[in-house]
Amino acid sequence: MTPDRLRAALRGVPDPQWLDAALRRVATEPAAIPRFFAAAARRCGRGPLPDPPGWTVDEAARALLLAALPGGHAAAAEALYRHGDAAEKRAVLRALPLLPIGAECVPLLHDAIRTNDTRLVAAALGPYARHLEQPAWRQAVLKCVFTGVPLAVVDDLTDRADGELAQMLAAFAAERHAAGRTMPADATDLLDRLTTTTEA
Amino acid sequence: MRIFDPHIHMTSRTTDDYERMAAAGVRAVVEPAFWLGQPRTSVDSFVDYFDSLIGWEPFRAGQFGVRHHATVALNPKEANDPRCRPVLDVLPRYLEKDGVVAVGEIGYDAMTPAEDAAFAGQLALAVAHDLPALVHTPHRDKARGVERTLAVVAESGIAPGRVLVDHLNEVTVRLVRDTGCWLGFSIYPETKMSPPRMVELLRTYGTERVLVNSAADWGRSDPLLTRATGEAMLAAGFDDDDVDRVLWRNPVEFYGQSGRLDLTDVDAPAPTFAGNSILRGGE
Ligand SMILES: [Zn+2]
Repeated sequence: MTPDRLRAALRGVPDPQWLDAALRRVATEPAAIPRFFAAAARRCGRGPLPDPPGWTVDEAARALLLAALPGGHAAAAEALYRHGDAAEKRAVLRALPLLPIGAECVPLLHDAIRTNDTRLVAAALGPYARHLEQPAWRQAVLKCVFTGVPLAVVDDLTDRADGELAQMLAAFAAERHAAGRTMPADATDLLDRLTTTTEA
Repeated sequence: MRIFDPHIHMTSRTTDDYERMAAAGVRAVVEPAFWLGQPRTSVDSFVDYFDSLIGWEPFRAGQFGVRHHATVALNPKEANDPRCRPVLDVLPRYLEKDGVVAVGEIGYDAMTPAEDAAFAGQLALAVAHDLPALVHTPHRDKARGVERTLAVVAESGIAPGRVLVDHLNEVTVRLVRDTGCWLGFSIYPETKMSPPRMVELLRTYGTERVLVNSAADWGRSDPLLTRATGEAMLAAGFDDDDVDRVLWRNPVEFYGQSGRLDLTDVDAPAPTFAGNSILRGGE
């Protein structure tokens, strides 16, 4: 994902002048970003974008606002996340892989994964989760299975899933089986793939 | 019957309540920030509370198909504690959030100078952030409290049509009804107001600018009394349109003045009514 692609996707928002002006303003006056960030959904909309798939208008607009800052992206992302409502927090998490920040914002992923808000857990497992240490990543994937978040939200799942995750999934499947409950189909598929690979 | 409860403290309620409310027709709620029983001693406690009102609680409500909005303020009781007063400094941040549709609950508890200052200051915040205001009226010394409330509202310069004066009764409604402010009634199991008394008030004063809420919280209260009031209205000869006006269109119109009410997917009208997109709240 790139800011340019999001920019192109947002050409059709109801009030493109507002977004243009906001992006120019935060580029020269970074301290102005909180108000624009808070207002972005009601000014631009909240619906899903046809492209890129999986993004909503408000997430894309907010990610662009963050990317438009002249510098200090990690500190700004941290502050906007800490002071944000649930949708703002989600947008910060979606924006992280677009920002020149290295691994500085990993604490935000930990915070999001700790919550009970499945939208935040899902948003924490995008491409930026490559900076997340493997034990925390496995726990987060298992939390998705546990709370019914589709595993399709997990970036790089196929390559990153390992034997340890397979063991955790197998134990969880056994618990569910003992309770007479089923596993989500995507988790069963993943477990099958991992078991086959390990045995092969 | 589609129901918008314009004043309910869901933080203090269980998921069972959400299930029962949704089954009874409650599709949208506004949760005003208020006191929690146990006094708070620091600004950080309020910050966590406000964050919950724009974070966790809307998510919880959404799981039951209920749309949740909030009002944010330093309540009058805790405005008297110097440790809590700096809450006023963090309010502007919250008054920009999508889910915040008014400043509230503000007003009087014991009518102290500290409450005067917090009330006037927060009415000014409502004007500055282009938001309506939800005004709590005191339980003790109520009539004088309402008079003083209306004087402060008039002095603030906020348009009366952007002010909801809540917890009214047979006596205090007479003070408010000609001011242009909205009239709020909290239906409680025993105190404040009951469904039959509410029906009498609607007969006397009509349905215009009247909001009915459960004000359910951690005290003895019942989140289904909005529904009970709608049924009492029907039994007394009001029609479906009257009920829809009081229990849905009036709160949508009042809070819609914020421009932030988002009722996408929950506002499909009952079959009797034509489209209501103009009531979407400034969109
Ligand atoms: Zn209340």
